[in-house]
Amino acid sequence: MRGRGTAVLVAVALGALGACGGGGDDGAQASGGTSASPSGDGGLSGTLTVFAAASLTDVFTGLGEQLEGDDPDLTVQFNFAGSSALATQLTQGAPADVFASANPTQMAVVTDAGLADGDPTVFTANVLQIAVPAGNPAGITGLADFGREDLALAVCAPEVPCGAAAEDVFAAAGVTPLPDTQEEDVRAALTKVELGEVDAALVYATDVTAAGDAVEGIAFPEAEDAVNDYPLVTLAEAPNADAAQAFVDLVLSDEGQQALEAAGFRSP
Amino acid sequence: MRRPRTPAPLLVPAALAVAFLVLPLAGLLVRTPWSQLGTLLTAPGVGQALRLSLVSATLATLVSVVLGVPLAWVLARSRARGRAVLRALVTVPLVLPPVVGGVALFLVLGRQGIVGRWLAEATGITIPFTTTAVVIAETFVAMPFLVISVEGALRAADARYEDAAATLGADRWTTFRRVTLPLVAPGVAAGAVLCWARALGEFGATITFAGNFPGTTQTMPLAVYLALQRDPQAAIVLSLVLLVVSVATLLLLRDRWLGRGAAA
Amino acid sequence: MTLAARVVVGRGPLTVDVALEVADGEVLAVLGPNGAGKSTLLRVLAGLLPPDGGRVVVDGATWDDVAGRVHLPAHRRPLGMVFQDHLLFPHLSVLDNVAFGPRTRGAPKSAARRAAAAWLERVGIAGLGDRRPGQLSGGQAQRAALARALVGDPALLLLDEPLSALDARTRLAVRAELRRHLADFAGSTVLVTHDPVDAMALADRVVVVEDGAVVQAGAPAEVARHPRTDYVARLVGLSLLPGTAEGLTVRLDGGGVVTVAEPAQGPVLVAVRPESVALYPSRPEGSPRNAWPAVVAGATPHGSTVRCELDGEVPLLADVTATAFAELGLAPGSRVWAVVKASEVAVYAR
Repeated sequence: MRGRGTAVLVAVALGALGACGGGGDDGAQASGGTSASPSGDGGLSGTLTVFAAASLTDVFTGLGEQLEGDDPDLTVQFNFAGSSALATQLTQGAPADVFASANPTQMAVVTDAGLADGDPTVFTANVLQIAVPAGNPAGITGLADFGREDLALAVCAPEVPCGAAAEDVFAAAGVTPLPDTQEEDVRAALTKVELGEVDAALVYATDVTAAGDAVEGIAFPEAEDAVNDYPLVTLAEAPNADAAQAFVDLVLSDEGQQALEAAGFRSP
Repeated sequence: MRRPRTPAPLLVPAALAVAFLVLPLAGLLVRTPWSQLGTLLTAPGVGQALRLSLVSATLATLVSVVLGVPLAWVLARSRARGRAVLRALVTVPLVLPPVVGGVALFLVLGRQGIVGRWLAEATGITIPFTTTAVVIAETFVAMPFLVISVEGALRAADARYEDAAATLGADRWTTFRRVTLPLVAPGVAAGAVLCWARALGEFGATITFAGNFPGTTQTMPLAVYLALQRDPQAAIVLSLVLLVVSVATLLLLRDRWLGRGAAA
Repeated sequence: MTLAARVVVGRGPLTVDVALEVADGEVLAVLGPNGAGKSTLLRVLAGLLPPDGGRVVVDGATWDDVAGRVHLPAHRRPLGMVFQDHLLFPHLSVLDNVAFGPRTRGAPKSAARRAAAAWLERVGIAGLGDRRPGQLSGGQAQRAALARALVGDPALLLLDEPLSALDARTRLAVRAELRRHLADFAGSTVLVTHDPVDAMALADRVVVVEDGAVVQAGAPAEVARHPRTDYVARLVGLSLLPGTAEGLTVRLDGGGVVTVAEPAQGPVLVAVRPESVALYPSRPEGSPRNAWPAVVAGATPHGSTVRCELDGEVPLLADVTATAFAELGLAPGSRVWAVVKASEVAVYAR
């Protein structure tokens, strides 16, 4: 157990120091075909700049590399950050081609500012899952267990998106949660699951996937009451509109959708 | 009695340092939504978080003094081998990112931790997610400040006073209590102030090891961080409250010490 | 109350190996240059430093016995110690400093304070008990330090350069008082100093320590008259003559008049170094003002010089080269004239 504990410490520490986007899970990346790709028609060049929510880091990086592989003259640049930070940057005039948000609210900030080219498309969605330590030692079965006083439980703080979503599902399920802690972000909640210090935490399905083997996810029906849609849009002032459209097409293609599902996202 | 003028090579960097330290503060003040101040301050949870911060930082300081002063004495006075290693270990919490410190506390005191598991089995007590955990996390991060400051004071103190006490019949413990400790009292006070300030601002280790729950473990820095996620204006006000309370406390204590110092 | 000690202790390259015996009420001065190992010796006697060899026995009680593995820690030795820069605890009042010893040795607070107050009175600073040490003058602080060392009625009193931090004028006053208190003290006293005047004025016996070893021991006057090494001669040769000054003239208590270069008034000590005394077979020409007839009472050669002990109206020690001693045909009983320049005579108020 001690050996494992140390390994977890290192992994957790790295995670805690890095972005909130979660650890890498290389197996989740879609492998790129060379000719079958819908965007692989060649002729794209220059630089494509994509502003995307941090939770998309792994999937979008893979898709970007695929696009670059198909069009060697093209360079794809990502700016991964929290959606609200990205929206602020865009309204402050940051040049970009594509914006992918983790929620419609921040997308609305950008569209309301007249920065979008057309209407955003919901390309994927994230739902909450119950994250438990490997083996589910406390025998968690569903959302109702969050009302048990004898368990150590973590939810996200109501101030952050996953906490707001958690409030919705508890309300829908009629469960009064008795958490021991309201975590400042998903990563912090997962850390406590990985260490076995909480019996369960309510986080997004993608975070469970990214956390690897130390964490198991339990889906529950009430999650449908707080589906978090991810919209994306090409921007009106896009310096590289062709490449922008090609990237959006790739995300919406079967291949893109498979990559998202492999990372724990759900089809919209 | 006139002091010589500060030489320019010192004055310029000193002025820059002041600007560097004070301007961000001024920035906070400029952006403070003064009109909403009353509403934000009386919001439920603010008083609770502030009280919890003050209580836990004070407890952490007390624990640090009780444990840290003897440790400083060992570092400064004992001739035991491995002292250099010990000193390096003591400063680890200073360089460790606090979040990692919080995880490390889990590994020892968590319910799956080396000591924590035993404690939970023997007594049913689990430490994480309690106010005790807040105090422990703050102590872990803040105690090195006290230890280093007191060790410096002990090294600077004239050890011959301890010889004098011995020739007057005082054993080492009496000497420590009645001579050494009073002699380094200013160093202990300075260390305690540093320690308290660090504990008051502690965020990473606390939110990791103690979690965040209003009334139990949500201290002001946690409240500020979470407010920042939703309402940056509120976060500014909360930071301001923390700032004013800490500066006022320190000034008050300082006055008291200075008052005594002047009478002496 | 007696001290019998042989102390062997290494301090870096230096090995101190000194044997001492001090009787009841006796004051022994350990005299030597800085770095001779005097303070180390005193620290061993105090119990602050365990010796590498030897024994320390006080009043029949063994404080240190290296062979017998006995080491009584400092705080269990009934002794008092006065340090060079007094080392009064800055955070305590003067009274509480003096009461510190009785308190740690178990006296009730009120009794300790009463005893402390009595001793402050004895050393002449009764009114200063409420002050902090930082508010005392050097002389007052050293008086308080003496009271602190003596209040417990110790078996052994250790004085480590007790006067050297004081300015010349204060030193004389405190030295005179110290002499009085030492005369009243029933226990043994060991005084460590590099100042021969302290040794001459305060000690019954002198032990001269050089490079960790005793080079000479005896009564101060005896050591001064018959120095065994150049070093001892230089160190202890000073002639101290009491007198009364009026301007540039000092009338000595034992008769005779000395002219000095610095004007003074009232009771003084006149100090003359032996090397500044010149000897002539007859009264020299040009009538120098400080010229006195004398008889050579004794002569001790050391190195290339001979120390002559002069009897007469003005008793002095004179160092002359061996050659001059031979050319003048000096021998005990020879009549000579001793001449000293006024500028070579030091004068202290006493």
